[in-house]
Amino acid sequence: MRSCSIVVAEPASAHRNLFRYCPMSTIEITGLRKSFRAYQKQEGLRAAIRGLWRRNYREVEAVRGIDLTVEQGEFVAFLGPNGAGKTTTLKLLSGVVHPTSGTARVLGHVPWLRENDYRRRFALVMGQKNQLWWDLPAQESFRLHQQIYRIPPDEFLRTRDELTRLLQVENLLSQPVRELSLGERMKMELIAALLHSPDVLFLDEPTIGLDVVAQHNIQQFLKQYQQQRNVTVLLTSHYMKDVAALCQRVVIIAQGQIKYDGSLSGIIDKFSQTKVVSLTFAEGRMPERLVEFGVVLACEPPKARLRIPRNKVTQTLSTLLSQGGVEDVGVEDAPLDEVIADMFAQVHDNKSPTD
Amino acid sequence: MPAPILSAPSLPAPIVPTSWSASWTIFRIALEERLTYRGDFALGTLMRFLPIVTQIFLWHAVFTAVSTPVTGIAKTVAGYTYEEMVAYYLLTMLGRAFSSMPGLSSGIARLIRTGEIKKFLIQPVDLLWFTFLSRVAHKTAYYSVAAGPFALVFFLCRGYFPPLPSAATLLLFTLTLLLGFLLGYFMEVSLGLIGFWWLEISSLIFVYTLLNFFLSGHMFPLDMLGPEWQWLVQFIPLQYLAYFPAAVFLGKITGAALAWGIACELIWIVALVGLSRWLFHRGVIRYSGFGG
Repeated sequence: MRSCSIVVAEPASAHRNLFRYCPMSTIEITGLRKSFRAYQKQEGLRAAIRGLWRRNYREVEAVRGIDLTVEQGEFVAFLGPNGAGKTTTLKLLSGVVHPTSGTARVLGHVPWLRENDYRRRFALVMGQKNQLWWDLPAQESFRLHQQIYRIPPDEFLRTRDELTRLLQVENLLSQPVRELSLGERMKMELIAALLHSPDVLFLDEPTIGLDVVAQHNIQQFLKQYQQQRNVTVLLTSHYMKDVAALCQRVVIIAQGQIKYDGSLSGIIDKFSQTKVVSLTFAEGRMPERLVEFGVVLACEPPKARLRIPRNKVTQTLSTLLSQGGVEDVGVEDAPLDEVIADMFAQVHDNKSPTD
Repeated sequence: MPAPILSAPSLPAPIVPTSWSASWTIFRIALEERLTYRGDFALGTLMRFLPIVTQIFLWHAVFTAVSTPVTGIAKTVAGYTYEEMVAYYLLTMLGRAFSSMPGLSSGIARLIRTGEIKKFLIQPVDLLWFTFLSRVAHKTAYYSVAAGPFALVFFLCRGYFPPLPSAATLLLFTLTLLLGFLLGYFMEVSLGLIGFWWLEISSLIFVYTLLNFFLSGHMFPLDMLGPEWQWLVQFIPLQYLAYFPAAVFLGKITGAALAWGIACELIWIVALVGLSRWLFHRGVIRYSGFGG
């Protein structure tokens, strides 16, 4: 596989010839880095005036050496705190930005060459950006997509009808986009992005700002669509429910680097330092100083929940059981949200567990 | 394998060929969008005729101020009779209906500033062709509403016009209007694309509008300017936006001077097409270098 990696500075024609015959993964990223200058403005009027002729810039390393391979049909989630480099990675893969160094190939194309053949085979949906015509019904934007992606008329109608049926928006096609709710608009955005049946789909926070019902609908749709079409999907989201519902594989990015690549449940094994122990005591037998055993999450006699370091769970439980009075006990993993939040916080403090 | 190091790609971003049916769809949808806000659109179009009245009064006042005691009104000002001046002004209105591009530069700069331009880097559609078709749609909608008032104004002011020029002159006049559209479009697109470097270009648009106002011949006929200004007028392309078509209609530019003028205008258009392409290409490289 490595034998067909190439230096990006070569002519485009050389790339095309090389890629045509190379068996490869759908997405291959090697040593991808992206840094850019960001203007630093101090607070206050004086700084604003000084900024007129002299400006300070800071080098921002958005992506700091990413290696990643994604096979066809995988549904991969990118998780990470704000500013971790997730969106920049999606922008690199969709050709909006070019990297400082490194290589990437998606479907055999170098994304930032922005070849038309590549543009016709992927789609990027950004939850906060609108690609539909605001004042016109969505069906007009769909027609435009049919033309610019050169979708045959019968195929266009079939795909459009199927997608609108799956997303239950058949009766909204002729309503101006500005009059749709956020959830309905997102559904229309998805349809517009999927009309040309892309092989690779990049979703940047597709459920941002949506209510629980709309989030659930879009999750269900994406799941069904991906399974039916076997498309490759890269998703960034802050909603753990999106990730849990959709992705078999999770890639955690923080400070521009991959900190974890594996299953969702594997995150807990790798990063969770604690377990949650639920206890029910016989009447009047609850120990007075529960804090000695761990962090008290809840205490409503006769029940209590404690957070206990993983390596002390056995020892703590045997102590409690030996004291008598425990009627019921349950041990659970810490909630995923908490584990990931803790992990992000650690990374933020430069104390990443993997560092 | 050694780590491949990459500098800013110098490869040209491919120009996306757009089929005729796709072009037609872009035009049709842009036209539909333009007609959405009927009230605002109709009022905006009609209100543009208001300055005609004030301008005619202004020139009347100018001619009266320099009047001869016998007739009460000056025979000529800088070689123009009062009637010619009004006819000239009305013709520049027509010229500007083709060459002015309200909101084009600022619209492109806004696309860049807000990041909406990403759409044109991701989808297989060419930004410059897309905006061109949108602008043609914009103008089509404008003419469809403005044609009536224009006809009425020209009819009411028919007394100011010299006898209708020959068919050949009318044809050349139409050509200068269409070339004025292309020139105005590519000038404003190039201006808008500077947004890749400046982000905010409103001051640049202000300077352009100011120069346009005086040096396109919109305010007064450019041959009124003394020889010390003529070199500037001839050197820059603004005269083709208003003065040139009007002067062709009024028979002030004929023969070799006319052929030379059209040739120069064509050269300007080709140069500006090249400039806008180059700005877009360099701009996208810069944009994609800056993290989008």
